[in-house]
Amino acid sequence: MQLPVLSLTIWVPVLAGILVLFQSGDHLKAGARWTALIGSVLGLVVAVPLWTGFNNGTAALQFVEVYQWIPRFNIRYALGVDGISMLFILLNSFTTILVIIAAWEVIQEKVSQYLAAFLIMSGLINGVFAATDAILFYLFFEAMLIPMFLIIGIWGGPNRVYAAVKFFLYTLLGSLLMLAALIYLYNETRGSFDIFDFHRVPLSLTAQTLLFFAFFASFSVKVPMWPVHTWLPDAHVEAPTGGSVVLAAITLKIGAYGFLRFNLPIAPDASQALAGFMITLSLIAVIYIGLVALVQADMKKLIAYSSISHMGFCTLGFFIFNQQGVVGGLVQMVSHGFISAAMFLCVGVLYDRVHSREISAYGGVANKMPVFAAFAVLFAMANSGLPATSGFVGEFMVILGAVKVNFWYGFLAATTLIFGAAYTLWMVKRVIFGEVANENVAALTDVNKREMLMLAALALLVLFMGIYPKPFTDVMHVSVDALLKHVSIGKLGL
Amino acid sequence: MTMDMKTIYLLVVLCPLAGAIGAGFFGKLLGRAFAHSITIAGVAASFILSCIVFQDVMAGNQFNGALYTWTVTEGINLEVGFLIDRLTVLMMLVVTFVSLMVHVYTIGYMAEDDGYQRFFAYISLFTFSMLMLVMSNNFLQLFFGWEAVGLVSYLLIGFWFKRPTAIYANLKAFLVNRVGDFGFLLGIGLIFATMGTLNYSEVFAKAPMLKDAIAPVPGFTWNLITAICIGLFIGAMGKSAQFPLHVWLPDSMEGPTPISALIHAATMVTAGIFMVARMSPLFEMSQAALSFVLIIGSITAFFMALIAIVQYDIKRVVAYSTLSQLGYMTMALGAGAYSAGIFHLMTHAFFKAVLFLGAGSVIMAMHHEQDMRKMGGLRKYMPITYFTVLIGAIANAGLPPFAGFFSKDTIIEAVHASTTPGAGIAYLAALGAVFVGGLYSFRLVFFAFHGKERWHDAAHHDDHHDDHGEHHGLAPGEKPHESPWVVTLPLILLAIPSIAAGWLISDVVYGTYFGSAVEKGVIAAMAGNFHGVMGMMAHGLVTPPFWLAMAGLATAYYCYIVKPDLPANIRKKAGALVTILEEKYGFDRFNDWFFAGGARNLGRGLWKFGDVAVIDGFFVNGTAKVIGWGSTVVRKVQTGVVSTYAFAMIIGVFAMLTWLFFRLY
Repeated sequence: MQLPVLSLTIWVPVLAGILVLFQSGDHLKAGARWTALIGSVLGLVVAVPLWTGFNNGTAALQFVEVYQWIPRFNIRYALGVDGISMLFILLNSFTTILVIIAAWEVIQEKVSQYLAAFLIMSGLINGVFAATDAILFYLFFEAMLIPMFLIIGIWGGPNRVYAAVKFFLYTLLGSLLMLAALIYLYNETRGSFDIFDFHRVPLSLTAQTLLFFAFFASFSVKVPMWPVHTWLPDAHVEAPTGGSVVLAAITLKIGAYGFLRFNLPIAPDASQALAGFMITLSLIAVIYIGLVALVQADMKKLIAYSSISHMGFCTLGFFIFNQQGVVGGLVQMVSHGFISAAMFLCVGVLYDRVHSREISAYGGVANKMPVFAAFAVLFAMANSGLPATSGFVGEFMVILGAVKVNFWYGFLAATTLIFGAAYTLWMVKRVIFGEVANENVAALTDVNKREMLMLAALALLVLFMGIYPKPFTDVMHVSVDALLKHVSIGKLGL
Repeated sequence: MTMDMKTIYLLVVLCPLAGAIGAGFFGKLLGRAFAHSITIAGVAASFILSCIVFQDVMAGNQFNGALYTWTVTEGINLEVGFLIDRLTVLMMLVVTFVSLMVHVYTIGYMAEDDGYQRFFAYISLFTFSMLMLVMSNNFLQLFFGWEAVGLVSYLLIGFWFKRPTAIYANLKAFLVNRVGDFGFLLGIGLIFATMGTLNYSEVFAKAPMLKDAIAPVPGFTWNLITAICIGLFIGAMGKSAQFPLHVWLPDSMEGPTPISALIHAATMVTAGIFMVARMSPLFEMSQAALSFVLIIGSITAFFMALIAIVQYDIKRVVAYSTLSQLGYMTMALGAGAYSAGIFHLMTHAFFKAVLFLGAGSVIMAMHHEQDMRKMGGLRKYMPITYFTVLIGAIANAGLPPFAGFFSKDTIIEAVHASTTPGAGIAYLAALGAVFVGGLYSFRLVFFAFHGKERWHDAAHHDDHHDDHGEHHGLAPGEKPHESPWVVTLPLILLAIPSIAAGWLISDVVYGTYFGSAVEKGVIAAMAGNFHGVMGMMAHGLVTPPFWLAMAGLATAYYCYIVKPDLPANIRKKAGALVTILEEKYGFDRFNDWFFAGGARNLGRGLWKFGDVAVIDGFFVNGTAKVIGWGSTVVRKVQTGVVSTYAFAMIIGVFAMLTWLFFRLY
């Protein structure tokens, strides 16, 4: 009897969350925190077999679990991972620990609800990556919006309601079209909601194109791609630190993952026909958003725009249809998970002390917080794509892949070398370096052990992945090759 | 044997890295002596091991192999690995030797600085990165080293991070270098796209078959090799500060002087020169690329030398001199004299390190005063510094029998003999720069070390350096004195090769030293005219470069010793010309206005118009408004008055009946 690993990665955090929820009330704060921490660590522990037991040699689904759920519509509780999805479950389970630690002393209001929301969301997100039944996927996909909506709406900043509603409507609008697409595919497959049946069913180019746009409506908002990105800066600015971390590190990845799991394999011919469109949007994200990031006065907004720009590399990589591009895009997703989490945690460290996110409220932080400054510069360099950090790997591979397809794609994408460094390091200059700017900065104390732990863990991952990315890319190769082969054959000849 | 050597190669790079980690993480805990001991031990070990590697390579051994596979894509291994040949080992020796000298020197120079341990960690990290760069056998690792030295340069220029000028300079340096890296990365991309490998030896094997191929650049019919070479060279222009990407190097003088010597003169800035020499099999295939290289080099060599004449800051004089000398190296590459370029790289590393470290010794003696107008007559008080700087200056001016003569003269001869298009103009630029080089080199010596003692003059204060709130200059009545031995010993040890390294020319340039590591190029044609070191010196005395350099010396002597009031008068008379030079031809202003300002305005425009007005204002909030407005209208229907509903119902029924009626008949 095999352990139901994937089910555990989903339900352990959810159960832990429910347990935490019972520990509401001020006198139970400490208990709630420890329960949440243990729950999140357990959540990662149960996910470890995915890494250790993963077979890199096959594109087939692994750790498969299938149970009938609603036989009337042939809806099944079906789970499984391949080289495209597996790493994100680990990334998500790891990130959950970080946000629990990040909230430790910081969140004092409604502690148990806050922590429970993150734990439950973590389980649901693992469900998104593990589900191989379309309806199950859709349920997880929608359900995870609710905790995030609450996190922003309850623990957020002054303009949190506008941001939460904008976030919710933006993402919900897209997913309704996706639901219609899933039902259409259910009919086409004569009664199956298996995503991999969707991959196999023959479809005309028109049908593929319509389906492509239905899925596009849902996933492009999540990534987010230009021009449906404006919810993200607002959501980040209002979200508490933990919310921003999960938003940037994980939820954006769901959008990119959706393109690989739905758009490319279900509508391969439409994907090829629309590649120019997708590449154009991606390159606009890289350049336009890079320039917009340059002029942001709010650190979180700047990092939010930087996220959009970096995610542009993922969608660019997916739609150039070669191995460097798709693997590079996936690597970029994982790496951006580490780096954006780290950058938002860094802002959180400052915000907890000074209660401002404005760049102009800082200056000369390095004088008072040398250890923090070292981490901040490291992550800033990773964000600028410096070799030997994870930020380099994906961008480098995508640029190599893009030059192969069309030199000018590579040319435009490579501008990130300049813009990415410009907006990131200009912020570093104004926040970290210089003379002590004001009394608030003068009163700063360096990172404590708790903060040190989070930042050091991320720093090690960022460096490891930059110096030796092979273990990560090895996981992806076979699955990506199978996907690319599927896309190149297409469905019209079936 | 090879097994052992591989371990040694690894140790060469890992020793400095271990030193950096030790000083960086445990420096605060274990103190200053620990930090400098462990880093110096690391770099010294690296130097000694490099000597062993040198012996091994001279015995005829080579190495080209992978350490580990970074990643695999489409069956192509992207690796981290070493290529150890005669070019590599020469660079290893230069890098580790100069680095070791600078490490020792730093003990004295940074003695009073709070960031002592951090500084040692950085310079050891730099040594590691630079070694990774020169020892690489593939473009991936080359790019790693390339960016890593850029990172350390960024950290070190901004070492005194409280100074606004320092953190402006380091950001500028990083971004200008990134512009170069942009071209570099695209060059690498073209190599990968067309050859399917990033390994040097495989690239060199495949390139001849693609000699006449057209680059896969839609819309243009460029030759592939030319496009690749120009892309790579744009990277070199950033790193080696060639016009118009030279703008970062003068500002990099904001960093502490030891790193100006190590990074911004002797080693890092020569990475571009090294890279082009390493790629000489590719560049030899493209006359167009070589011509581009030659022209860029000659512009840099001549015009940057001119700026050095009007500088008062002692470090900036040396910085512009470095730009000019890098221009010479680039010209050598463009002329096809790769070994001469590398030879000048080596001699320059020694004499420019002497000049920078000598300048640093002066700055220490003057209590952080860098303005030469406040110096004068220092030779009496600091004889060792004086003599070593004098040696550096003579070498820099290119007078025999000092090292610079041999390398620079060979370059000028090579440009003269070259068939690269543009060589005629380049030759004139090279000759012009020789005169200017003689002038600025001896101007520095005479201005700072000879003449009246101006330490306590109230007038002139250098506007570059009075904005960080520290006290500069000597206290009233105080006299400068010679620096401690940790400072003067490296000066002496570097001055020796500044004199003697040139005598290696028969082997390194004309001989068989490089073997097949570097293309012969134009040097093959020149070898017939070379008759040994003595012959070259004798011949040098009757060629224009020697007399031009002497004329520069004489001009400097006349202006700064015979008639010390003359320069001020010339300045007044030649106002516009001096202003152009003081403004550095306006590049800084233009870049700030056009690129930095332009990017910010564009970003603000896209944000305010694109994101805020159109997307959010019109589409998102507009949609919300339309829905809101629509529901307001529809809401009016729901009045709650029964009679209104009944009336609507009757109308509805009537309308349906009418429709049915018309449909039936």
